[in-house]
Amino acid sequence: MSSHPSSAEPPFTPSQVDSKRQLDSSTSQDQPPAFEIHDLTVAYQRRPVLWNVDLKLQPGRLVGIIGPNGAGKSTLIKAALGLIPKVNGWVEAFGRPVNQVRRRIGYVPQRESVDWDFPIRVCDVALMGTYPKLGWFARPGHAEKERAARCLERVGLAGLEHRQIGELSGGQQQRVFLARALAQEADLYIMDEPMAGVDAATEKTIFELLRDLRDQGKTVVVVHHDLRSVPEIFDDVVMLNLRVVAYGPTALVFNSTNLENTYRGRLTILERLGQAVSTKQRTE
Amino acid sequence: MMNASNSLDWLTSYNTWVVLGGVAVLGANAGMVGTFAVLRGRSLMGDALAHAALPGVCLGFWVAGGRAVGPMLLGALLTGCLGLLVLAFLKRWTRLPDDAGLGVVLSVFFGVGVVMSRLIQNNAAGGAKAGLESYILGKTAGILMSDLLVIAVVALISALLVGLMFKEFLMVAFDEGFARAVGLPTTTLDLAMTSLTALTVIVGLPAVGVVMMAALLIIPAASARLWSDRLEIVLLVAASLGAVASASGALTSAALNLPAGPTVVLSGAGLFLLSLLLAPRRGLLTTRWRAWCQTQALNITDPRFNRAMTRAFFERHPQMLNDLEDLNSLRLERLLSPEEFAALAERVRLDLVREETREARS
Repeated sequence: MSSHPSSAEPPFTPSQVDSKRQLDSSTSQDQPPAFEIHDLTVAYQRRPVLWNVDLKLQPGRLVGIIGPNGAGKSTLIKAALGLIPKVNGWVEAFGRPVNQVRRRIGYVPQRESVDWDFPIRVCDVALMGTYPKLGWFARPGHAEKERAARCLERVGLAGLEHRQIGELSGGQQQRVFLARALAQEADLYIMDEPMAGVDAATEKTIFELLRDLRDQGKTVVVVHHDLRSVPEIFDDVVMLNLRVVAYGPTALVFNSTNLENTYRGRLTILERLGQAVSTKQRTE
Repeated sequence: MMNASNSLDWLTSYNTWVVLGGVAVLGANAGMVGTFAVLRGRSLMGDALAHAALPGVCLGFWVAGGRAVGPMLLGALLTGCLGLLVLAFLKRWTRLPDDAGLGVVLSVFFGVGVVMSRLIQNNAAGGAKAGLESYILGKTAGILMSDLLVIAVVALISALLVGLMFKEFLMVAFDEGFARAVGLPTTTLDLAMTSLTALTVIVGLPAVGVVMMAALLIIPAASARLWSDRLEIVLLVAASLGAVASASGALTSAALNLPAGPTVVLSGAGLFLLSLLLAPRRGLLTTRWRAWCQTQALNITDPRFNRAMTRAFFERHPQMLNDLEDLNSLRLERLLSPEEFAALAERVRLDLVREETREARS
């Protein structure tokens, strides 16, 4: 790996990031960013896992967050949504504090985050997406159930409504979570590895769904681990490794230099994969 | 009261109905609250709480100078919560695994409680001796109208909370991250559920005792889980099973002069065994029976079906090819679990039907 030509290149400098960001902001409109993270720092037992993260995600874009294992991708969205404590920083959505606009934010957690033996059926999970707008004490009625059913149909799970969730395949379970998020009818969607461990067909379905949402003017932020599909899927990409290494339109920032800066110093499979991608780009 | 000749009197007396009503409501409430505890993986927390309550019971007894229910339950709540605080402290500040922390809190508090109860009993005058021992293994016969009222109030509070905020509790129990992301105060809801568990455990102590109280939370919930895949139904079944187990256990304990806690737990265990065997979708006997019916319904003797089944089976388990010498004696229904067999059979049947229609069309 040390023989790779990239190791001779100059180290990453902050100015590089700034130039990319300016490039992006010049293309943005005047409306407030759909999601703004300012100076976010998160630590687990005093070890920082995210350091001074600044991001302004423009509305109506499909944004991927990539980085090596342990780069803080999931931590970033969890801290931004207030699911884990942050040391420093603030987060806004649509120009207002996140706590005031939670009903406009749809969330898809990682599949491993729940117990799939829980006594709940597919349709009940989808219905859960309608609860935030219902408010306290209210019970879901006909309209809510219909909405949940529509969302299940949209992710291709019609006919499986009455199954217990553990009876589904991994890809189907992922789509249940997506259906629940759709039922939230949000304007900003935040998804934690929705394509992890799914088959190719499901990946395609999910990808089309994300694109649909974007075309409806919604902002979709996706933590993603498969570098090969990044250029094909995302409008913008956030390259993360403890800090934001690069952020901007995929066509501009998803290049070998930034990939190396993101994945460097982490002896993981992902790093090798990243380098493989950069080599491929260079040879093309 | 305990001998057979006047057992009928016992059955028809007012006290009996107070006792039965008390334990049934207690069991129903414990089943419902326990379902949430079990689903959140916190069933042992109830155990630690119950054991940690014993020193408080003794403290209440000592302060009141006798068997006064109010001070004793208050003391139980006090040291029970203290136990939970110690648990939280251990989790926060040491690297002790959760189960080790639970074990430490549970046994140390229980030890302190037993020592205290002995000290008090050694020093007390003759008449005041009775009463403390029954808090360890439970004594349903001692339930009075006032106890029944306390139990009923706690049960009413839990039923109201769960009924009104079912969907909120469901969200927190199933997916806490999502619940928090959509803005639910998960910490408050969690605290509410923990308080309900604590109250249930505490009011159940005089009847069931500190050693067995947690079982009343866990066993009905674990049994009910086998009966349904919907939380609302699981809750109802758990409440019913809890009530039946407690009432029948209390009756048995009175009739045979046995300690109430263990008897209640044993009758709960009987219901658990029944659920394990007979529950509609997950029962061991039920699944066998349904698989057998399905085998009968599908025409297993059709040679094409048998060939297709074997092929599908080896596609799924290629390693089995090496283990089997005589393919002719292959009995798939023995090799596979009933669910697997049924699923495979259904798939193969559909494939065959599809093939047939294709042939028919061409």
